[in-house]
Amino acid sequence: MESAVTLAEPNMNNPQGVPFWRKLLKMRETGLIVIILGLFVVMSFASPYFLSWANMRAMSMAFAVDGILVIGMTILLISGGIDLSVGSVTAFAMVIAGWLFLNGINPWLASGIAIALCAGIGAFQGFFVTRIGLHHFIVSLAVMVIARGACLLFTGGRPIGLFTLPPEFKFIGQGSIGPIPIVIIIFLVFVIAFDFLLRRTTMFRKVFYTGSNEKAAAYSGIRTKKVIFLTTTLCSTLCGVAGIIYMARFGSAQPTFGIGLELTVIAAAVIGGASLNGGSGSILGAILGVILLSLVSSSLALLDVSVYWQDIIRGSILLSAVTIDHYLNKRRR
Amino acid sequence: MQDDVILKISNLSKSFGAVKALRGVDFDLRKGEIHAVAGENGAGKSTLMNVIDGILQPDSGEILLDGVPVTIASPTEAQRLGIGFVHQEIALCPDVSVAENIFMSRTNVSRSWLMNYEKLEQEAAEVFRQLSDIDASVLLRDLSISNQQLVEIAKALTLDCRILILDEPTAALTENEAQTLFRIMRQLADQGISIIYISHRMVEIFDNCDRVTVFRDGKHIVTNDVADITPGDVVNAMVGRVVDKLYPEKQSAGEVSDEIILEVKNLNEAPRIRDVSFALKRGEILGIAGLIGAGRSEIARGICRLEGAATGEVRLLGETLALRNYQDSIAKGMVYLSEDRKGDGVFLELPISENISALNLDQVANPIGLIKASSEIRQAGDLGRKLNLKCGSLTDPVSSLSGGNQQKVALAKMLSVNPRLIFLDEPTRGVDVGAKSEIHRILRNLARNGVGIIVISSELPELIGLCDRVMVVREGRISGEVAGHEMTEENIMRLASVMDAQAAAF
Repeated sequence: MESAVTLAEPNMNNPQGVPFWRKLLKMRETGLIVIILGLFVVMSFASPYFLSWANMRAMSMAFAVDGILVIGMTILLISGGIDLSVGSVTAFAMVIAGWLFLNGINPWLASGIAIALCAGIGAFQGFFVTRIGLHHFIVSLAVMVIARGACLLFTGGRPIGLFTLPPEFKFIGQGSIGPIPIVIIIFLVFVIAFDFLLRRTTMFRKVFYTGSNEKAAAYSGIRTKKVIFLTTTLCSTLCGVAGIIYMARFGSAQPTFGIGLELTVIAAAVIGGASLNGGSGSILGAILGVILLSLVSSSLALLDVSVYWQDIIRGSILLSAVTIDHYLNKRRR
Repeated sequence: MQDDVILKISNLSKSFGAVKALRGVDFDLRKGEIHAVAGENGAGKSTLMNVIDGILQPDSGEILLDGVPVTIASPTEAQRLGIGFVHQEIALCPDVSVAENIFMSRTNVSRSWLMNYEKLEQEAAEVFRQLSDIDASVLLRDLSISNQQLVEIAKALTLDCRILILDEPTAALTENEAQTLFRIMRQLADQGISIIYISHRMVEIFDNCDRVTVFRDGKHIVTNDVADITPGDVVNAMVGRVVDKLYPEKQSAGEVSDEIILEVKNLNEAPRIRDVSFALKRGEILGIAGLIGAGRSEIARGICRLEGAATGEVRLLGETLALRNYQDSIAKGMVYLSEDRKGDGVFLELPISENISALNLDQVANPIGLIKASSEIRQAGDLGRKLNLKCGSLTDPVSSLSGGNQQKVALAKMLSVNPRLIFLDEPTRGVDVGAKSEIHRILRNLARNGVGIIVISSELPELIGLCDRVMVVREGRISGEVAGHEMTEENIMRLASVMDAQAAAF
């Protein structure tokens, strides 16, 4: 066959075999960047306020913390799982840390305890998935409801005001270094770290193997249960981190925070290329997904589109993004 | 046999991107004939069949049905035109009854609102009366794979088709079931139905078909009456060169060694493995034969700790192993190549290079666990060259490869850890003739270089042609062993058979 070249001398300078720019064109991230830039151009004409520093800052603050959740979700999706409890677990972290703080515990320690508890929730879910053999969907659905119930129980359903939080703690959520908010810096650190880990480390490569074909992974000597347990735990742990940042930003703990957040997070990961069947996804893509969604929300708000329409439009974007990608993938094969 | 042509295809071409799957192919099918289509994987036979069944649309060329040009837009359209296709992969619903599965297509076109289960079962029983004694009321999932395949065939038979395409239907059938199928095929042909029969197996083609067409590299090579052509000609046409020897040389007398690579004593895991003891010497290839379900794979997987908790003593190169899991087995250099390549052998959507490195990522990573892409590509390149892997780029997904090349990727994965012993479960299943003999040669070379090779296969000619010694398993026990001139299909079958209904079904 002409196309099937015998592997006589693989070119080591360019082992991928195709020019870099062509590979770039094929990457889904490129498409997302083009769409995002397009929206930028359109919006900067449509609203004079759009390109202002204040708006940019508000917008990036909005996606930065959710971005941390999307990282955890993407890794979990790659391993073949899914987590519906991210919204409630984030609220749970906030509520627990806030409650402990009000009961006289140092806020840093309280945050540590809350994050550890969230890790525990992840491990709890991982246990039911890997040891009992239940599906992620069901386990996380149950945990979503339980965690939300716990939030309401601790707070009596009312937000807890944390006015006495020390300023250095609030600084995480509200402060800036120069012009750049701390939240953005934390977010970028997480993105760079996890992007690197996912692409380069043997540990995270096993996540791809497991999600791509769990049995083949087991037959390659990979402890797939352990991998799934860890990705499940990681996702909930990152919810804990996000909850603490939110608490610092709001200066309060809100038991009803993040209702429906799981859908935004899953949508962002999927728009960014994560497959619900496992085995594919990237941090960069997922982040672009979350940026796109948040850009759309803020654009719609700036254009005074009704809140009700916003949901309809965001849902349609998810559907179109996934449909387009489905067809592009088909053509690539 | 009548000579009137029912289906005529002329100058048909089909490309997938840069890959030309069919290049100006001609093909004709006569009324009431059984027409074998042969060719290696990637030769274009599947593409052509998918075009005939309306799954794919040709780029150019003409399809004439009864002399009239037709466009077959979809499988439903094909069904309406009287074309039935039995796919190699089983596409049935496991959770409903056999009868409902058979009549799925018909229920689909039925105008009635309600299901008439009683009538369905009666009619299914009628179809099966000539095919097999399967109870049409049981759930499909409770049938063996071979019986499921028969259901798939029965399903096609119930559609009033004039052209029936069978894609390697005997791959999962026992000899007896296959013979029944051939008898039915002949009956259907006598009734005027034309059958396109895709197969790799020369014996089947020459015993049961009227004509044979060979494809290679998307081109039509030859069509002939089977009476006017020899199996050797067909194989040569398929491979495109003269295949003088199908199997590599066996171990010569000078290569016999006393060094024991693997010694297994009293391996037990009731009820699947019972008291299994054997030894593998350096330089020999040991075969494991037996009926499906006799415990062949279980023994290999038990030794490697892939499943179960078998007890007994396992010594590899004199060292007694105490493995806790398969990771330990890999670390000791004992690996298992799975029988189900797509199910658990390879990661289809991941790149070739990432497949090959999966068994031991540490080899392509630095001490702190960072993967070096260049090492990974180099490893895949080295092993790929060794195994004569044909691919566009090492970063292409494995799904882009033919069956034979996928299997080479799976094999390269095993070799990446420099194993001391490899269990190969059905190493050439779904692999074309050319790649098959290449794989056999590779295995022989590995054995010569001191790697222990144990081959499990359902294909007796393969075991006899490749192995120096064959051990036969029956109901979890070793029922005997044959070597040298005693390695015949009859001897192996006798040892494998149980004295009940199963005995005849090998």
